[in-house]
Amino acid sequence: MAIDRFPVEASHIMMFARSVADANPIYYDEDYAAATEPGRIIAPPTFAQSSAQFDPDYFLRPKIGEPWFGSGKEATGIKRDRSGGGGGGGGGGGLHAEQHFEYHRHIGPGDVLSATVKPGKTWEKQSKRAGKLVFSETVTEYRDQNGELVITARGVGVRTERPVDQ
Amino acid sequence: MALSAGNLNIGDTYKECLVEDLKRTQLVQYSGASGDYNPLHTDEIFTTQVAGYPSVFAHGMLTMGMTGRMLTNYVGDGRLKAFGVRFTSQVWPGDTLHSTATVEEVTVEDDQPVVKLKVETTNQDGKVVVSGYASARVDT
Repeated sequence: MAIDRFPVEASHIMMFARSVADANPIYYDEDYAAATEPGRIIAPPTFAQSSAQFDPDYFLRPKIGEPWFGSGKEATGIKRDRSGGGGGGGGGGGLHAEQHFEYHRHIGPGDVLSATVKPGKTWEKQSKRAGKLVFSETVTEYRDQNGELVITARGVGVRTERPVDQ
Repeated sequence: MALSAGNLNIGDTYKECLVEDLKRTQLVQYSGASGDYNPLHTDEIFTTQVAGYPSVFAHGMLTMGMTGRMLTNYVGDGRLKAFGVRFTSQVWPGDTLHSTATVEEVTVEDDQPVVKLKVETTNQDGKVVVSGYASARVDT
């Protein structure tokens, strides 16, 4: 898994900031941003996660002409073998357990990033609310157009044996 | 805007309301911006009938993103050095979230004063939904 080209764009930053309800003008107003310490529009702290938009294989984006597991005529577009016993958290399955970012430099429009993703540790845990939990870690290194490391991200996903009890 | 090491005390807190009565539309907005189109966050039919949850629920990264807004409002723009969280409980439409940063340490890294913060976001029932840390560059 890798992202060859993640161009950081002003309109994407603006939409991302809106989606986390952040009205800070440093995320959309060039003139305002020019007078701040960073001196330009920068991206919000968790923006790097939207590199998913530039991952050609990202599995949580519907692909043209391919089946999609969300609802349409039926409650899911992908039929699963129900006799399989137990299996995989009922669809969707994976949840996000942890996310960590280290910022080496704050990115902004004009930066063109690339990212490499390395698998990390995996471990298991038994839980009362969701049965067996299988955790797996990935480490993503974002580099800029000069090859400089700008963000190190570490994510932990968890697959649950069944939906989490509420 | 920026914090000064000299004015920071261990145990100082900064608190913000992140969202009141979280709307499903905001989950749609976050899906579109982030590129995470997992139906668990926007597709009520799939999520209730196939995945077995009572309703769609927020992306962990949406809650982290809103928590990040509290942090940058506190420490200033472009000042964060690290930010990490564990997602301890799901966030649902209708939830109201508050987030708190607490000063744990004021230290020096690479000749720069740095504040280390404990970060916690809770829902309307006082349940912790995000628990983590941040560190940020501060003025002397």
